[in-house]
Amino acid sequence: MKQRHIAIALLAVSLFLTAAGCKKKQPVAPPPPPPPPPAKVEKAPAAVINSFTAEPSTIIRGESSTLRWSVANATEVAIDGGIGTVPASGSRQVYPSANTTYRMTAKGGGGDAIAAVTVTVTTPPPPPPPPPPAAKASLGERIARDVQDVFFDYDKSEVREDARATLQRNADAIKAILNDFPSAVISIEGHCDERGSAEYNLGLGDRRSSSVREFLSQVGVPADRLKTISFGKEKPFCTESDESCWGKNRRAHFVGVQ
Amino acid sequence: MRYNKPATIIGLALVAAIAASRAQQSDIVIKLTGGQKKTIALPDFRGAGAAAQYTDLFNRTVYEDVQRSGLLAMAAKSFYPLNPPQQETDLRPTPAPAAPRRGEQPQPPNCNGRCLSDWAGAPTSANYLGFGYAAGQTGQFVAFGHFYNTGIADPNAAKVFRKLYTGALSEEGARKAAHEYAADILQQFGVPSLAGTRIYFVSDRSARGTKEIWVMDFDGANQRPITSYKSISTMPAVSPDGLRLAFTSYAKGQPQIMMYSTETGRFIPFFNPPAPTNGTPSFTPDGEQVLFASSIGGFMQIFVSDRSGANARRLSTTRAIEVEPKVNPKNPSELLFVSGRGGLQQIYKMNMGGSDVVRLTNGEGEASNPAWHPEGKHIAFAWTRGYAPGNWNIFLMDVASGETVQLTHGEGRNENPSWAPDGRHIVFSSNRGGRSSQIYSMLADGTAVTPLTRDGSNWMPVWSK
Repeated sequence: MKQRHIAIALLAVSLFLTAAGCKKKQPVAPPPPPPPPPAKVEKAPAAVINSFTAEPSTIIRGESSTLRWSVANATEVAIDGGIGTVPASGSRQVYPSANTTYRMTAKGGGGDAIAAVTVTVTTPPPPPPPPPPAAKASLGERIARDVQDVFFDYDKSEVREDARATLQRNADAIKAILNDFPSAVISIEGHCDERGSAEYNLGLGDRRSSSVREFLSQVGVPADRLKTISFGKEKPFCTESDESCWGKNRRAHFVGVQ
Repeated sequence: MRYNKPATIIGLALVAAIAASRAQQSDIVIKLTGGQKKTIALPDFRGAGAAAQYTDLFNRTVYEDVQRSGLLAMAAKSFYPLNPPQQETDLRPTPAPAAPRRGEQPQPPNCNGRCLSDWAGAPTSANYLGFGYAAGQTGQFVAFGHFYNTGIADPNAAKVFRKLYTGALSEEGARKAAHEYAADILQQFGVPSLAGTRIYFVSDRSARGTKEIWVMDFDGANQRPITSYKSISTMPAVSPDGLRLAFTSYAKGQPQIMMYSTETGRFIPFFNPPAPTNGTPSFTPDGEQVLFASSIGGFMQIFVSDRSGANARRLSTTRAIEVEPKVNPKNPSELLFVSGRGGLQQIYKMNMGGSDVVRLTNGEGEASNPAWHPEGKHIAFAWTRGYAPGNWNIFLMDVASGETVQLTHGEGRNENPSWAPDGRHIVFSSNRGGRSSQIYSMLADGTAVTPLTRDGSNWMPVWSK
């Protein structure tokens, strides 16, 4: 109910005002002439800095930020922080190493203008420590990698022609290994295939390991750091009854002993 | 003498003979029985009371002992009369044959098993009868064993022996009684029983990749470990008195000889030469010295030392591999060994001074594992002659003449023969049948091959007192 009264009252007021506005105008006197223009003054306009920004305003140390500016009416524009005088508008890459506020001073005949932007430099977290240097290969790993088994003919313990080159390489590797492991000894295992008797093969494996030891010692491996052990046919590398397996079992194998 | 002692002469005579089946080869024949084998019937004992549960084992053990001897033919059990005697009083004298009726064949007397003639006649056709029963008595297994010659009609005259056998009331006790009864039967034919003898051997059954020394009874019973090094211990040898065991072991790193007392179950110190390899030990017949092979001089060569290993002396001096010295049990100045001095491994003979070296095998194939017969006249050994390398068979050789006979014929690899103290049996290893290596015994003529082991792989048997 109350709202209706208010609405009616407002309507009444507006009708009254409208009616009042339509009242006929009376004639008036002409206005006085304008005052004479002021005397002309020879004065240059003041410098205006339209913009001065740094993009981005936050960098990680080592990155760059680009300052951009636009100045009007300036006779000279300069930015501090080692940048110096610059054109009225332009851009400049900056590489601050710490938080830096760049101040721009624009000089104009009518006055100077000053603006400043701040480039915030964040410092990245320290990098993780460098990965530890690759662990030094163990004695066993070195031997497995650098020293190769050599193989023998049936019932023979002489170093085969094709085994001599292998043993020469082994000798170099063993010398290096013994150098790196001053307390190590290399055990030369003599192995046989399954065909001879176990008893005879005990002697044959002994000969095979001894032949290899003699060879290595002749090419400069210290003999007192080489030992031999015969396994006869007790520890075969494979157990098939064919020549490909027998050939693998007639071998000298190298093992490091700390 | 109340009974007719079996006339069979048992002797291990080596007789050169031409074997018809292998005409190219002059074979030696080992006479195991001295003639026609006698036939024996062994009806099962029945067990009373607490003994009943062990009676099957008793019967089986008696039967196998007698059968394995190779001495007697076993009458077929299915031909046995139905009512065998259990004790002396069950036996009746053979009645006079009834007068045949006109037109009929005379009927042999038949008492259904209670007359010895029931066993002597067809179809059983046994020359000897063993019978009896078992009972539990005062906590013991008691077997009452009888042995009769069926060729004599009068039971009193036919009795060979009658004896009580006792043992603990257990499998072990039943087996002991059975071995003793079987031994008494075999003794009648002049053959000592093997009961009580032992076989040392090598087995990997404890853990793959390891080898331990084991021991078992002669028939494969009571298998038990001697060593537990979790290493490789192999190539056992036993002193002639059976009291000391020597073998080659990696237990301390390098292959070395170790010595063990079978009396005390303790290890005895043995001084090894400072060589990369010491191995293949054996004993002199008096047990006072040890022969072995050592690589102290560069090649494995034959050495002899005190039984402690002290005073080692080198017997061979070649630049070749020489192993497995074996002194003749009847001639302590003569030894055999295996050598590669002429090429592939062969068996050689020399004297204890290291001279008079003779090669025994003819150079064909490879030869190893010489084992002297107790009488010192011939050897069993392994040879690849006639086969590809690695395919070993057991042979016998008359050392004086060099004549050989082949006992196994390509059934897998057959190695490491060793004679039983009775000189009639050989134990050896074989991977026949495509199986892992196992221990077998056989008669010296190559028959009656009997497996003794089953678990894991087993090698290098040595038959000991």
